[in-house]
Amino acid sequence: MQAGEAAAARAVALDDATVAFRVADARVYTAVDKATLGVDDGEFVAIVGPTGCGKSTLLNVAAGLLKPASGAVRIFDAALNGLNHQAGYLFQADALFPWKTAIDNVAIGLEIKGVARAEALERAQAWLTSVGLGAFGNRYPHMLSGGQRKRVGMAQVLIRDPRILLMDEPFGPLDAQTRQIMGNLLLQLWTKDRKAVLFVTHDLEEAIALADRVVIMSAGPGSRIIGDWRVPLPRPRDIFEVRLDKEFHALHREIWNVLKDEVMKGYAQSAGAA
Amino acid sequence: MNRLTLLLCQMLVAVVFFGLWQLLSTVPLFGVTVLPPFFFSNPVDVASQVVAWFASGVIWKHLLITLWESILAFAIGSLGGVMVGFWFARQPRVAAIFDPYVKMINALPRVVLAPIFTLWLGLGIWSKVALGVTLVFFIVFFNVYQGVKETSRGLVDNARMLGMSERQQLRHVYWPSALSWMFSSLHTAVGFAVVGAVVGEYLGSAAGLGYLIQQAEGTFDVAGVFAGMIVLSAFVILIDLAVTLAERRLLVWRPTAAESRG
Repeated sequence: MQAGEAAAARAVALDDATVAFRVADARVYTAVDKATLGVDDGEFVAIVGPTGCGKSTLLNVAAGLLKPASGAVRIFDAALNGLNHQAGYLFQADALFPWKTAIDNVAIGLEIKGVARAEALERAQAWLTSVGLGAFGNRYPHMLSGGQRKRVGMAQVLIRDPRILLMDEPFGPLDAQTRQIMGNLLLQLWTKDRKAVLFVTHDLEEAIALADRVVIMSAGPGSRIIGDWRVPLPRPRDIFEVRLDKEFHALHREIWNVLKDEVMKGYAQSAGAA
Repeated sequence: MNRLTLLLCQMLVAVVFFGLWQLLSTVPLFGVTVLPPFFFSNPVDVASQVVAWFASGVIWKHLLITLWESILAFAIGSLGGVMVGFWFARQPRVAAIFDPYVKMINALPRVVLAPIFTLWLGLGIWSKVALGVTLVFFIVFFNVYQGVKETSRGLVDNARMLGMSERQQLRHVYWPSALSWMFSSLHTAVGFAVVGAVVGEYLGSAAGLGYLIQQAEGTFDVAGVFAGMIVLSAFVILIDLAVTLAERRLLVWRPTAAESRG
């Protein structure tokens, strides 16, 4: 990943980014150590790592919510200063506004840009329909299931048409079947305009099934990027079927061999700390 | 227990209570009246006093005055509480400076302010409104302050990533969050508005339910005191009912215990 090597536009480029937090008694906790990572325009990159390895931290750096202690962040070849306004961020936790109905939650992204309310609502309705919730616009978030809330969240982010999509274990809290359905929905929406995607997950299978590249991080503290695999599976993919593919299994085994040790390390650390 | 039995049991409590009261205050037990009528009156007298008030219509004037005072105290106190709470939460430095004074005033029993307010604002409604405001303000203020400060980090991050400006965050995130906290204290706030009004009237006024009770007490009219208390209770229950209805309309977005699925 040397500079000048990339042919396509670099949507996100982290260069030696180190993230550190000040913790109790003035000690410094290094969450991510010298991470170098690039996401090309139109590329779907998944980051996989053991629990607590700073995957989300990396995403927050790309979003501009966190400033790295050292190193550089470039978004479409411009240094990132403040929030990354080209990115849409789908959070792990529910981040819908509980006092707004589903359709208002989706429309808000347009309304704050000054789009007239009638038009914003119309486009929000179209987005709700495309995530399969056309009839649920007037429900409040608490009246929706976890999976439905994620769909609304996707529509909320995508209606703004961001060039980069950051996703932090978006399907984490969902049950296995719903995760697969959501994965397929995500791929189907992504295929339409191929945004650059940075997708964080702890589920290696999900990562391989969805992404063009899978990046592995080591256990924290001071996690580093320790592996980068290209996923050669053809698109369009179906998450249910791609898992039966032989190549899928070969790649899964190869990556898992690396990931396994880190997972055990991370597990040992969290067990020791508890 | 189904609804009907519950209702019957609830009514039974009232029947037993008033029955015993009537019995003990009118029928001598071993030659002694356990509840001397002079101190305890009896339910029949109290009821006839209530009926007389409503029949002659004198009660309406007093009810209206108390209602009006409560509404004003609630409106002004809430408005002030929301604004100052919001301001303090967004300006930690201001909050830090005023913190000891806020605590001091809040610790003060508000009743001692009543004479001052009467002195400043006279015997009319405004001295009662002022007393109610000092009660309502702090409840709403603390709730809103806490609510704005504890607005979910995730929601704010989401708002920022969606491209909301500082002002839009105030309007779409902090403000609704603060209001929801204010509404959660609505019952208490309304209750205290009524308390402020009635206590104020009791301590010095020319009209209102508190005045009515105080007048009756002044002439040793025990039936009148109890009658005033009963009208006051009914009044508070009705207001509370109105608050519940308003809440149901305003907080549709909030999950209720019955609806939430674990």
